[in-house]
Amino acid sequence: MTHLIQLHEFDGGIHPPENKLQSTGRGIKKPPMPNELVLPIHQHIGAPADPVVAVGDTVLKGQTIAQPHGYVSAPLHAPTSGTVIAIEDRVVPHASGLTELSIVIKPDRQDSWIEHQSLCAELGLDDCDDIPADALIARIRDCGIAGMGGAGFPTAVKLNTGKYTIDTLILNGAECEPYITADDMLMRERAVGIIRGAQILLQILKAERCLIGVEDNKPEAIAALEAALLELHEEHHIDVVTIPTKYPSGGEKQLIQILTGKEVPSGGIPAQVGIVCQNVGTALAIAEAVDEGKPLISRITTVTGDTIVDKGNWDVLLGTPVSHLLKASGYQAPGKRKIFSNKKPTRIIMGGPMMGFALPTTELPVVKTTNCILAPTNKELPANDIAMACIRCGMCADACPADLLPQQLYWFSKAEELDKAEQHNLFDCIECGACSYVCPSEIPLVQYYRHSKGAIREERATYQKAEQARERFEARIARQEREQAEKDAKRKARAEAAAKAQEAKKSAAPTNSAADKASISTSTVQAATNSADLEKLQKQLTGAQAALVKTKEKLEAAQNDPDQADKVALFEGALAKTQDKIKKIAIDMAAAKKAAKTSTTEAGVSDKGDPNSPERLKKKWDTAHARLETASKRLTEAQEQGLDTVELLTQGLEKQKARVEEAKAAYEAVSSSTKNSSVAEVSTDDLNKENANDELNRKIRAQQDRVAKANERLEMAKAEGLDTVDALTKAHTKQLEKLAGLEAQLTPAGEA
Amino acid sequence: MSTIIIAVVVLSVLALVFGALLGFASVRFKVEGNPIVDQINDVLPQTQCGQCGYPGCKPYAEAIAGGEKINKCPPGGEGTIQSLADLLGVEPEPLDAEHGAEKAVPTVAYIREDECIGCTKCIQACPVDAILGAAKQMHTVIVDECTGCDLCVEPCPVDCIDMIPVGVDRNNWYWQAPKTGAALIATDRQPSASTLVAEEHV
Amino acid sequence: MALLTLSSPHTHGSNRTSRIMLTVALATLPGLFALSWFFGYGTLINVILAIATALASEALVLKARKYPVSFFLKDNTALVTGLLLGLALPPLAPWWITVLATSFAVVFAKQLYGGMGNNPFNPAMVGYALVLISFPVQMTTNWAMSFQVSGTELISITDTLKVIFTGAKELTDAYTGATPLDEYKHLISKETSDQLLQRDTFSGWLNGGWEWVNLAFLAGGLFLMIKRIITWHIPVSMLLALALCSLVFGWDEDLYTPLSLHLLSGATMLGAFFIATDPVSASTTPRGKLIYGAGIGIFLYIIRTWGAYPDAIAFAVLLMNFAAPFIDAYTQPRTYGHDKPRRGLKPGDKS
Repeated sequence: MTHLIQLHEFDGGIHPPENKLQSTGRGIKKPPMPNELVLPIHQHIGAPADPVVAVGDTVLKGQTIAQPHGYVSAPLHAPTSGTVIAIEDRVVPHASGLTELSIVIKPDRQDSWIEHQSLCAELGLDDCDDIPADALIARIRDCGIAGMGGAGFPTAVKLNTGKYTIDTLILNGAECEPYITADDMLMRERAVGIIRGAQILLQILKAERCLIGVEDNKPEAIAALEAALLELHEEHHIDVVTIPTKYPSGGEKQLIQILTGKEVPSGGIPAQVGIVCQNVGTALAIAEAVDEGKPLISRITTVTGDTIVDKGNWDVLLGTPVSHLLKASGYQAPGKRKIFSNKKPTRIIMGGPMMGFALPTTELPVVKTTNCILAPTNKELPANDIAMACIRCGMCADACPADLLPQQLYWFSKAEELDKAEQHNLFDCIECGACSYVCPSEIPLVQYYRHSKGAIREERATYQKAEQARERFEARIARQEREQAEKDAKRKARAEAAAKAQEAKKSAAPTNSAADKASISTSTVQAATNSADLEKLQKQLTGAQAALVKTKEKLEAAQNDPDQADKVALFEGALAKTQDKIKKIAIDMAAAKKAAKTSTTEAGVSDKGDPNSPERLKKKWDTAHARLETASKRLTEAQEQGLDTVELLTQGLEKQKARVEEAKAAYEAVSSSTKNSSVAEVSTDDLNKENANDELNRKIRAQQDRVAKANERLEMAKAEGLDTVDALTKAHTKQLEKLAGLEAQLTPAGEA
Repeated sequence: MSTIIIAVVVLSVLALVFGALLGFASVRFKVEGNPIVDQINDVLPQTQCGQCGYPGCKPYAEAIAGGEKINKCPPGGEGTIQSLADLLGVEPEPLDAEHGAEKAVPTVAYIREDECIGCTKCIQACPVDAILGAAKQMHTVIVDECTGCDLCVEPCPVDCIDMIPVGVDRNNWYWQAPKTGAALIATDRQPSASTLVAEEHV
Repeated sequence: MALLTLSSPHTHGSNRTSRIMLTVALATLPGLFALSWFFGYGTLINVILAIATALASEALVLKARKYPVSFFLKDNTALVTGLLLGLALPPLAPWWITVLATSFAVVFAKQLYGGMGNNPFNPAMVGYALVLISFPVQMTTNWAMSFQVSGTELISITDTLKVIFTGAKELTDAYTGATPLDEYKHLISKETSDQLLQRDTFSGWLNGGWEWVNLAFLAGGLFLMIKRIITWHIPVSMLLALALCSLVFGWDEDLYTPLSLHLLSGATMLGAFFIATDPVSASTTPRGKLIYGAGIGIFLYIIRTWGAYPDAIAFAVLLMNFAAPFIDAYTQPRTYGHDKPRRGLKPGDKS
């Protein structure tokens, strides 16, 4: 150590029995090759990787078998050469004991490497210090390196510090959990690689200094690191800092606090205070990735506990089943040694006794984050007794390294008062287990917190989903309203267009549509022309009136405004003119109305004897319709009684219908002109009625179509002798009734 | 007499002072709150299923604000009823069975795609536009958007929509709350004999 | 082979609630010994009676609540409640006072609130306050005289039993007397401090044995601190507050009880180390404990000086029990990574 580092202390913490000596007795060994390697595609924090191999593929050692999916993800490599024998759901090493997609490789025992070289050589650089940070990060990402201290966060993502400038790199060699010695042995045996990794990390981060924090219970590791520093001439940039042994000093936040006195903001990352923290194992993996092109395919794992004969550290290929490792270590199930002890189930813990999780089965692979397999006897690590009530002794608060109030969190969690738990900073809990360790009532506090955290996360997700659903629902309603409005507008426009077209037709129909105003007064002019002219006049009148109003307004404004005083006269003139115009139009209109009346009376008079008069036609239509009804009634009866006249009757019905149609068409042709004359009488009001009539007519036509269709179906049914005949007949009758109703409506409307 | 007057005056002055104080406090320390309809709507599960008889959660929220019963929301179940009761300060009632039962597990719709005839009927039924597709084209459900309201199941003419339970995976799994000591003893169980045990042979 | 899957941590320290309670009981032994040495077997009999009553009533309630009796009796909390009550009651109090106080403490102040860990008030002090208010005569006159005061032999065990169980009037009168705190408080208006301290009650080193009793409890308290079962916050702040009040208001020994008597008479040390530190009903945050302790000290001084009772541990503790949740809400520590500690409930919080 060349610099004097001022150490700080974090609050709380505990001193559980270390139990590390058992597994440091021998060096790191390699276990025999297992029969199959199981590689879950989700060994890191973030999105699971996407497999890029298929069942049956042969893979070489170090070959990429799964590509990262998205930014926060990591690829996966074949730990040895062999054949992919399955890509299927396997139980993954996770507290949940759930299954996840895994790639299963059967080793060919050749262990033949894929081509790999150092990044320096790959880029063709002379000086390896020139490698740009981007290339280094890309290499780290390609090699699938994820935090090896236990969390498994993709290292490349962590090294992309973005806008934050990093002044300090911290290598975490504290390894504060009892039993675990993987980092200890790594530091002892591969210190040079770790320092080399630190060099690369410093190059990437452009940090000024690097601190390697090691607990003072690892003097051999510290000595090895110091020696490696001298060997690589890094003693001026990198300091190995001995820190007092206290759990959980190896927690990222706690180590940062010890070494720098800085606190990572709640919910933030160390980069915010200018620090990046990496595990020593990760540093070694980085060095191997950059200098040798070796992806992350193996790791150091401690296998220890009283059921293990050969306690120690193994250099394990990822994907090696835990059972294989246990067998290699001489695991003896406790039940086999003592007669009575197999009554109580034991635990096999992946990770340390404080934060590790008990495995549901030993048929689970070693993954990137597996630093320890702990197989204790029940005597060694007895399971907690039944929890007693909390007596608020406050020992948990004294032990909490995050300065939380664990017992308050416990009360809130127990009562499912999740919002209060959240307010008491539940999410700052690092789940180190110190509170549970000291709890005299043996309450599984961490489990309560985990449950509450999960429940809160679920609640948040549900709320977010509900929020999203609401937004989508509201957007949909808005869209439907908009569509409806558009449809309405379109329909209106169409209706208007139709009305106009009809008017145009009407005005075009008479030969002398160009008759001038002078001729309006003559009573002999046809009613249609009259009405058209009348309309024109009406429009003119409206326009003139509007103009009048406007002019009046303007005049008033001018009168009130002294600036426009000279304009008053002008407006008054205009006003007078407009008023004159209106009068003139009114006179014209009166005349036109008179003319229209006469023409209507004349038309009415001349109607007699005319076979095409609307009244007659109407009557004809009515009669035809009545016949149609009788016909269909008979048809119904016939159908009901199963007579064989059905067919005949149906034909008759068809004929009748055609007649109705004819009669109606004729009537409509005439009635339109009649209506026009009535329009002349009361001007605009009638337009509505006309519209109504049109509407009715349209409906009637539609109804007739339906009747026809109903008939068709009926016939078909009858032809095929289906038993739907009755229903269809009924439907037919109903349709007919509707038709009659509509026509009945039309009659008064047409007459009005 | 004068004592009475003094008493009256003093009391009046006190009343005025405290009245003014209260008035000031009510303005100065006014708590800005959501309108009650929004608060109710926040509690409702937003499945937009219409099982309550209203065309969506917001309308039901408005109805509740107008005095409608709070027990007509099967997707929300007892939890929602409890929250509504807390919010509105009324007694929680059991779920009205008339409107359906609470689902045991959340579900999402799944279209068996090779059976889908592309009729778009489910698309029209979906209250949150979570079904993708066009006429005569195969439809599919956007799982993340589906609220599991079941409204698409009925209109499907070929019955190709299933409501499948949302599975537990690593992202949404979490620890169960531990059993309390008393509960464990009361059932004469030791933690080792509880459901936490898995059988496995090495 | 069956594998257990439990949540981490998978290891546990050696703390156990039942053992903590036993240690507390152990730490009271010097005090119990001192009390018996100076005042006779009364306290010992009280303690035995109270513990028996506490265990019996606890068992009865647990049975009624259909809880496993032996499991909960094993936590030793009823034992400690009974023990503390036995120590606090007048040594020659009639048996029914002890039984009433203890059963009320266990049944009403503890179990009816939900049992261990759920009682908002210190059960022993609730029981004590009940009998103090209900039977003021027995509670103020049945204090045995120390042999230093009476100058005669200590009351024999048979006489003690007679007094306690039969309430023999002459015997009672012969062996009881006012406590030093009581006497000083009531006579200081008539006599000077020097005159007063010449009285028999204040014979011996300071006040007829009470100083040794308090020192014995202090020793037991320090033992608990060393064992890390209690923290220094509550006793220290309580005693400091008491001393400060005494120095500020009671510096004139001819008007008020002197500091030495406040600290080394009555139940001061028992209260500071064994009663105020009851974790269930006390404040739990470090700063909260300081406030809580200081509050007890202040109330203790106020009631002793200006109140109707010569000693006031029970009332002072109960009054601060009321305030403990409030104190906790406003004294939360600053969590790692946060700029400021949280104070109470925020406007948006649901209560």
